[in-house]
Amino acid sequence: MIHTAFPSDLKAAKYRIREIVEGAGLDTYEVIFEVLDYKTINSIAAYQGFPTRYPHWRWGMEFNRLTKGYAYGLQTIYELVINNDPCYAYLLQSNEMITQKMVMAHVYGHCDFFKNNMWFSHTNRKMMDEMANHASRVRSLMARFGQDKVEEFIDVCLSLENLVDVHAGGIRRTPRTEKNGAGTDQSDGVPRLRAKSYMEDYINPPEFIVAQRASMEGKERRSKQFPSEPVRDVMAFLVEHAPAEPWQREILEIVREEALYFAPQGQTKIMNEGWASYWHSTLMTTEILDDAEIVDYAQKHAGVTANSGRQVNPYKIGIELFRDIEDRWDRGRFGVDYEMCDSFEERRDWDRHLGLGREKIFEVRRLYNDVTFIDEFLTEDFCRRNNFFSFSYNSSAERYEIESREFKRIKERLLFSLTNMGNPLIDVIDANHRNRGELLLQHRFEGTVLDLDKAIATLKNLYRVWSRPVHIASRSEKKDFVLSFDGEEITEE
Amino acid sequence: MSKIERDAARFRHIVKGRIRKELKQYMSRGELFGKKGKDVISIPLPEIDIPRFRFGTGGSGGVGQGDGEPGQPVGPGEGGQPGPAGEDEGQHVLEVDVSLDELAEILGEELELPRIEPKGAKSITATYRRYSGIRRVGPEGLRHFKRTYRESLKRQIMAGTFDPKKPIFTPIREDRRYRSWVDVVHPEFNAAIVYMMDVSGSMGDEQKEIVRIESFWIDTWLRAQYKELETRYIIHDAVAHEVDRETFFHTRESGGTRISSAYTKAAEIIGANYPPQDWNIYLFHFSDGDNWGGGDTEVCLEILKSRLVPDANLFGYGQVQSPYGSGQFIKDLRHQFSSDEKVVLSDIQGRDGIHGSIKEFLGKGN
Repeated sequence: MIHTAFPSDLKAAKYRIREIVEGAGLDTYEVIFEVLDYKTINSIAAYQGFPTRYPHWRWGMEFNRLTKGYAYGLQTIYELVINNDPCYAYLLQSNEMITQKMVMAHVYGHCDFFKNNMWFSHTNRKMMDEMANHASRVRSLMARFGQDKVEEFIDVCLSLENLVDVHAGGIRRTPRTEKNGAGTDQSDGVPRLRAKSYMEDYINPPEFIVAQRASMEGKERRSKQFPSEPVRDVMAFLVEHAPAEPWQREILEIVREEALYFAPQGQTKIMNEGWASYWHSTLMTTEILDDAEIVDYAQKHAGVTANSGRQVNPYKIGIELFRDIEDRWDRGRFGVDYEMCDSFEERRDWDRHLGLGREKIFEVRRLYNDVTFIDEFLTEDFCRRNNFFSFSYNSSAERYEIESREFKRIKERLLFSLTNMGNPLIDVIDANHRNRGELLLQHRFEGTVLDLDKAIATLKNLYRVWSRPVHIASRSEKKDFVLSFDGEEITEE
Repeated sequence: MSKIERDAARFRHIVKGRIRKELKQYMSRGELFGKKGKDVISIPLPEIDIPRFRFGTGGSGGVGQGDGEPGQPVGPGEGGQPGPAGEDEGQHVLEVDVSLDELAEILGEELELPRIEPKGAKSITATYRRYSGIRRVGPEGLRHFKRTYRESLKRQIMAGTFDPKKPIFTPIREDRRYRSWVDVVHPEFNAAIVYMMDVSGSMGDEQKEIVRIESFWIDTWLRAQYKELETRYIIHDAVAHEVDRETFFHTRESGGTRISSAYTKAAEIIGANYPPQDWNIYLFHFSDGDNWGGGDTEVCLEILKSRLVPDANLFGYGQVQSPYGSGQFIKDLRHQFSSDEKVVLSDIQGRDGIHGSIKEFLGKGN
């Protein structure tokens, strides 16, 4: 860890901001601020916030990229905060006081979100230590098996890291033992609902029996298959079932654990940034700043929430949505009465003086992730006010084009891009494919095709782990196909 | 070395490894130096990125914000998806920057090129001034502010006149410190390359592209060996002209071929600008091997023997196969110079021959 002196003026600002933040009802871990020069902050950013990470070339690549971006003045990292107890946050030394204050308030917002949003509840709050443990495991494996060999295998695992179940922390996917209302008291073994004999034909009509039989047969067929149900967490499946060496299994596990740790941040990008921005903006303008600082602050804040071109900025859409929710619940602009009202004037001036806004946004920050957040709170009004549009790829013109300004379409597009953090949904469906121990994955096609070159390269990496032929079933525009790699060549059928 | 520097070094190591592995391919393709900066080139290296299952071009589309009618194009970088999807999923090909020195190093290792032992006395030297020391006297312009104040502080503390509540420094004569320098003398070797190319009708675009690629690699290697490298270009058909680089690669004439005109021109340029005792001179001539009759080849051999070869470190002749050339000229040269260390003759069989040809040209370490 790099320790730098925390200057006393910053310390004073920190204590003051912490008091204000707590007064506003935010509930955070202890935040430890480190003040670093740009080179160090770039290096920590390259490590995704954890200076203790295992050795790997991609941190170096990222560091080069960030350093170049800084040198050309394209980007500066304002803040870097990590989900840990205590929460670590890094401040750029060369920033002025006013920026530091804004960043601190922003960081407290993130920290509150980390601590209270339920999608983060399963994350390891001692990740700083865990990352260091991972690093020391990887280093000792490297010492034993050689850096090249281990690093190469890390590359292989990273190639599969998005094949995790982002809900793994909260949902049990493996079925419990069958225990439902359907008993099997008839001789043919088809499960029926229990019924008095005179009710039999009513409770268990013939159509129901047919459906039950089909489902039973399906279940039987599947139970001979392995896995019996599709498995979303491909990484976990590989950890358990791939014929890998113990050290390889260990690396798979490390990569999976780290991917799952970062997943909630991907699932709540809009909300997390929106929440932090909401609070820095609210607190800076009402309590933290003095009059002389307000103009400088306004400029900084505008920079953070600016849209670049026509790109949607998650900070911006997030903060605007939180404000919109607060306003709607303050004025009671929700529920059946409001929705059914079709008088323009009445809607515009609607105010029930409920004052529930604050309470509502705190509830939202606890229970939602980006998908549910957008699904529930992105309204047509909001969409029109913010001038959103949807765009799509026009393959004949080979460019992206504005597609529509229709609310439904926009929302669909937005939700799709957020689902599974923008990754294709891929399951393991058969680990004994063709009865030869081959692995079959299924891409759940929802209208968007896979990048074929990348899929091929990834499949080759998957083969390195599974060591038997591997397949992925997917679709192109109109036709189903299975892409296979048997260790020597790629085939498509 | 700090932790991140080790990872960065590791990254460079891997990049170099990839380039080395693919060097033969890179050498037969022209795209490499399309992205050339002053000291670095950007090499497209998509394989270094970690592949994942993801959506293909076109993707799912997305949502943007702002004005515009349906059907209007959305510019690159616009309308990126919010959330993590837009963060690292640029559709661009990953490029890495490699300095020309590094590239030369890779080239040298891969082709096992010997270091060049520069000829001539270390007659050309350059003197650098390096500010590395501190002294008590000097011009005010070089006064070292911090050191001076530190001396002043020391003196006042020692004298007991320093008041931390009211820190006032008044440097006196004895406190003043000045930067001082040392002169560092570097021997320097300078080199000049003269490229000559036949641009007569029989040299097609493909032939010129091969010459372009060859000259890129020759430049890269020699630049790494010499501090200063001057490059001159001569094109010729029946007459020769000195031209700039751009023209060199893009001129096409339809006339006949008189090679001696180029050699004469080269001799003139060297005579006027590059005294051989001070300069390492490299001459490269590319043609398809056709030369006019009427005794021109004899004239060429004569100029080479009496003027060009004695002055040069190396005379390289690359014969690029073309469907029209007879390929006779290389035979004439071989007949004459088969035993001369300074003359390298290379028969370049298409793009795949570039690799071997560079090795022939630079493999002797002249």
